[in-house]
Amino acid sequence: MSVLVYIDHSSGSFKKNAFEAINYASKTAAAVGGEVVALVLGTVNDNELVALGKYGAQKVLKLSDERYNHFNTKAYSKAVEAAVNETGANVVIFSANNNGKSLAPMVAAQIKAGLVSGAVAYPDTSNGFKVKKSVFSGKAFAFVSVKTDKKVISLTQNSFAVTEGGSDATVAPLNYTPEDSDFSSKFVSEDVIKGEVPLNEAERVVSGGRGLKGPENWGILEDLATAMDASLACSRPVADADWRPHHEHVGQTGGTIRPNLYVAVGISGAIQHLAGVNGSKVIVVINKDPEAPFFKAADYGIVGDAFEVIPKLTEAVKKAKGN
Amino acid sequence: MKVLICIAKAPDTTAKISFTDNDTKFNETGVTFIINPYDEMYALVRAIELKESGVATELHLVSVGGAESDAIIRKALALGGDQAFRIDASTNDPFVIGSEIANLVKQNNYDLVLTGKESIDYNNGAVGATIAGLLDINYIGNITKLDVNGSEATVTREMDGGQETVSCSLPLVAACQQGVAEPRIPNMRGIMAARTKPLTVVPSTAIESLATVESYELPPAKQGVKLFTVDQVDDLVNALINEAKVL
Ligand SMILES: Cc1cc2nc3c(=O)[nH]c(=O)nc-3n(C[C@H](O)[C@H](O)[C@H](O)COP(=O)(O)OP(=O)(O)OC[C@H]3O[C@@H](n4cnc5c(N)ncnc54)[C@H](O)[C@@H]3O)c2cc1C
Ligand SMILES: Nc1ncnc2c1ncn2[C@@H]1O[C@H](COP(=O)(O)O)[C@@H](O)[C@H]1O
Repeated sequence: MSVLVYIDHSSGSFKKNAFEAINYASKTAAAVGGEVVALVLGTVNDNELVALGKYGAQKVLKLSDERYNHFNTKAYSKAVEAAVNETGANVVIFSANNNGKSLAPMVAAQIKAGLVSGAVAYPDTSNGFKVKKSVFSGKAFAFVSVKTDKKVISLTQNSFAVTEGGSDATVAPLNYTPEDSDFSSKFVSEDVIKGEVPLNEAERVVSGGRGLKGPENWGILEDLATAMDASLACSRPVADADWRPHHEHVGQTGGTIRPNLYVAVGISGAIQHLAGVNGSKVIVVINKDPEAPFFKAADYGIVGDAFEVIPKLTEAVKKAKGN
Repeated sequence: MKVLICIAKAPDTTAKISFTDNDTKFNETGVTFIINPYDEMYALVRAIELKESGVATELHLVSVGGAESDAIIRKALALGGDQAFRIDASTNDPFVIGSEIANLVKQNNYDLVLTGKESIDYNNGAVGATIAGLLDINYIGNITKLDVNGSEATVTREMDGGQETVSCSLPLVAACQQGVAEPRIPNMRGIMAARTKPLTVVPSTAIESLATVESYELPPAKQGVKLFTVDQVDDLVNALINEAKVL
C-alpha cells in the first residue's frame, strides 16, 4: 500500500507544483496509510531526487530513459501505470499543471480508477473518500465521492501551502521497459516564453483591458508587474486586437488562473472574463467607472483613471518593498 | 479521414449558479443551455475547416446526454458536421462519458477525435484522455494548433511556460482551446440543413460510475470591495502587504 505522486519537472528542475503535490501525497498517506512514493520521468540529477524527501517523499522511483525528456501523454501514462503496479498504490496524485491535467485522466482510465480533477482540499476519509473540487469555472465547489479502491486526484495549482520537514528520500529505478509504440508521438519543437513566470504558476498577476486604449500604453502595466513581481495577463478583446499575445488572454475562452493577487486594470469584469480569474485569492480592480461590474467581485479597488493611478501605485509598491 | 467531435451541453456562461435538493442538484430553473464553448468554437470549427480543406472526409458529432441535449446537437449541426449521435445516458462522471464515446470510436474507426479543453460546468478536462486511455491511443491536451497530413498530425499544445509542437500518428484524441480555430457563427443555410441531418440515438451500455458528485457548495460571499482614492495608493499597498498578505 502506498500513495504514488507523479512529479513534473522542466529540464531537470522542480517547481512549486511538484512540492505541493508531494505535500498533498504526504497528508493523504497520513490519512489512508502507506508510504509516499514519488515518480520522476526523464533525466534529473539524483541529488534533486533525494531532496524531494524534504517535502515528504519517502521513496523516489526514477525512469531516466532519455526518451522521457520530452512530455508524451501516452508514454508517460504507461510509465505511471507501471509504477502503480510496482508500488501497489491506491491513491495516485498529480499536480493539475498542463502535463498533469492530461495524464491524470488517462492513467485513471487505464487503471479504472475514479478521478477527481482539480482538487482544492485534502481528501475527507471520515466516511468513504470524498474530495472537494472547483466546478462551474470557480463559481461553486463539488464534493466528489470516489468509489473505486484505486483513486486518482489532480490538484488545482496554488491551492495548498508548501511545507518542508522530511529527511532524504531513497532513490530507485522504476522497473519498466517502455515499448516503442509508447512513443508514437514525437517531439518536433518548442517555443518557451523567456523570463516570465508562466501565468498558471504566477502568484501575482497584473492584467489589462480595453481601458488601456492601446498596446503602446502597456509600459505602465509592465512597470507595475515588475514592482509587484507579477506576470501579465489581459482580457480577450485586447488579445483579439493583437495588443497583447494570445497566451496572456484569461477568461472562459482563455487561460484559467488562481493567483494570490489579481490586479485588473481597465477591465469591465464581464462574466466570461471572471470565469478565468474567479479563483484568485485577492482581486484588486482599477477602473474609472464606479459602476464597472468588476468591483462586485473585487476585494480592493480604486475608482480612477488608470493612467494616473498605475504610476502612483507602482511608486507606492516600490517604496513599500524598499527598492 | 473520419473525425468525431465530442459536444457537451453546458449552462450559459451568464447563468446564475445555485443548487437544489439539499445542495445535491444543479438548479436548472431559468438556465439556458449552450454548446460547451471550447467544443463549439474550437473543436467543431477546426473539424469543419479540415473538411473544407479536403483533409477530413466525414464529420460525426457525439453527445452523451438525455433528450434535452438534442437542441444543442442541432445547433452544432447547423455549424457543420454530417451527422450526430446522442448516447442516451445522464451522468457527469467523465469515466462513464469517455467509456460510452470510446465504444462509438471502436465501432466507427475514427482517425481523429476532438474534444474541448474542458466542460465549463465540471471543469474536468478528462473525457478526451479517458477515451484515449481506454483505447490505448495517443492523446494531446490543451492544443492550440492542429494540422493533418495523411496519417500524421502536427499538433501544438500549451505547456507550462510556452508551446510545444509534436508530430503524432493517427488515431489521435486531442482537446482543443483558443488558437486552434477562428470561431464562427452558423448561417441560415446551415440552420436549415441541420434539420435534415441524421441524429441517431444510441442506447447507453450502462457503465458503472467510478466517482460521483455527492453535493455542491457555493463559495462564501465576497465581503464587499474596500475602496481607496487615488491619493491613498500607499494605504492600498499597505493593505495588500499586511492585511491580505499577498504582496
Ligand atoms: C462566448 C464568449 C466568450 C468570451 N470569453 C472571454 C474571455 O475568455 N476573456 C475575456 O476577457 N472576455 C471574454 N469575452 C468577452 C467579454 O464578454 C467582454 O466583452 C470582455 O471581457 C471585455 O473586455 P474589457 O473589459 O477589456 O473591455 P470593456 O468591456 O470595453 O471594458 C473596458 C473597461 O475599462 C474601463 N476604462 C476605460 N478607460 C479607462 C481608464 N482610463 N482608466 C481606467 N479604466 C478605464 C471602462 O470603464 C471599462 O470598464 C467573451 C465573450 C463571449 C460572448
Ligand atoms: N456529455 C458529454 N458528451 C460528449 N462530449 C462530452 C461530454 N462531456 C464532456 N465532453 C467532451 O469532453 C470535453 C472535456 O469535458 P470534461 O472532461 O467534462 O471537462 C468537453 O469539452 C467535450 O468535448
